[in-house]
Amino acid sequence: MTRVMDAPRIVTTKPLVVVRNVDKNYGSVQALRQVSALVYPGEVLGIVGESGSGKSTLLRMMNLEETPDSGTYTLDLPDVSGNLFELDRFARRMLCATRIGIVYQNPHHGLLMRHSSSGNVAERLLVAGERNFATLRAKAKSALAASEFPLERLDAPPIELSGGMQQRVQLAKAIALEPALLLLDEPTTGLDVSVQALVLDTLKRLQQERRITMVIVSHDLGVIRTVADRVMVMRRGEVVEAGLVDQIFQDPQHAYTQQLVHAKL
Amino acid sequence: MTHVLDIRSLTKGFVMHHLGSKMQAFADVSFTVDPGEFVLLKGANGAGKSTLLRSLYRSYLAQSGQILFQSDHGQIDLAQAADVDIAHLRRTEIGFVTQFLLARPRVSAEAVVAEPLRMAGVNATNALDQARHWLETFGVKPELWRAYPTTFSGGEQQKVNLARALIRPQKLLLLDEPTASLDANARAALVTRLADLKSGGTAMIGVFHHPGDVEKLIDRVIDLTPETQTEVVRDDVVI
Repeated sequence: MTRVMDAPRIVTTKPLVVVRNVDKNYGSVQALRQVSALVYPGEVLGIVGESGSGKSTLLRMMNLEETPDSGTYTLDLPDVSGNLFELDRFARRMLCATRIGIVYQNPHHGLLMRHSSSGNVAERLLVAGERNFATLRAKAKSALAASEFPLERLDAPPIELSGGMQQRVQLAKAIALEPALLLLDEPTTGLDVSVQALVLDTLKRLQQERRITMVIVSHDLGVIRTVADRVMVMRRGEVVEAGLVDQIFQDPQHAYTQQLVHAKL
Repeated sequence: MTHVLDIRSLTKGFVMHHLGSKMQAFADVSFTVDPGEFVLLKGANGAGKSTLLRSLYRSYLAQSGQILFQSDHGQIDLAQAADVDIAHLRRTEIGFVTQFLLARPRVSAEAVVAEPLRMAGVNATNALDQARHWLETFGVKPELWRAYPTTFSGGEQQKVNLARALIRPQKLLLLDEPTASLDANARAALVTRLADLKSGGTAMIGVFHHPGDVEKLIDRVIDLTPETQTEVVRDDVVI
């Protein structure tokens, strides 16, 4: 039933992200079982599922924060090759610092809360080798502007900002280097609806204007429906169903997906 | 002439897991559509007209049968094609007009309308100019262009929806009651636009509550009422 791995005939571009047959156990708990996913350039893949379904684990794997027990992960990028799970720690950090951006649910995971907001963004540029102060400042400012961060708060540390603004700093940090892949782990959870709409709007704009490939994990089906092109439904570490976003919401096939979709307010 | 669409023995039902039951929507539907042809789907409520349109668009997954579509890249079975291919065809060759607008919060009417062009790579200024032209054509007042359609009346939302869906010419256009809740002027603008697209070669399959609105465009009528699924040439039909 799942069409995740179906080979396209018309679209000739190669998938940017290929994750194959990933297994991960934490002690006796099977977090991921034979999970595979493809993400095409410019596409937004949504991953939904209840707590403990393995969706965030999968996202952390894509950010090379975790290594599975088995499985492969490749990114179709110039000078990136082989199974990325086999990279050493240094190579992983360089790859993540330059090509992959991530926005965590909890801004404390992604930001230095007592450094300035612009400094948080600039840090990522520094890691990538940018050393000119004026350029750092200008690039940080432009990334923050693209994330709709109020520029008069440029130098305020995230700890003094609201949750919505902290998420925008995380987003600015993630897109500062024009990453090939943007990972979003529950980016709007805990935000009030107006701020949630602003973040979603920003994501959609980034997708349209910069064609950034994204993977977004959320248990909020409304969020997924708004931003995703395709959806993967996970349960107990397995992919139970995958399809185009409107098909998953209008004609869910699996009993679990039906239950999930019908439970939405 | 090569058919744009060749539907063979298409069958669709819904499995309702929580009821432990199956519901048949339609079975064994076959027909073809040529470029520039307008096919009206007819049938009582529940005959499966909208379900058929959604199955063609792949919002619904057909259970069996084929939907052979003549794309710019050759023939492809929409019932079996990979999701990314379907997504690509929706951006480039297949359009769907529904009666509902899926408005996103905080996105202006003109941006909603311009989006299909933006996704196709048209620059922002050009896309917005075209969006405004179509909003005007369908009778949306200029003061509403930059407002959020979530707050609009049903009729105004429908106009935004039409402008968005019809902004790009498509090879195949699926119409699910696009005239519902439109005023007379907007209906006339819609019929004019559809006639233009039709003469430009767009094939159309439509469901209309009041087929009289598009009477002049109809080439063929297909009745989906179970047991009486028939195909009638336009001249023989009384709407």
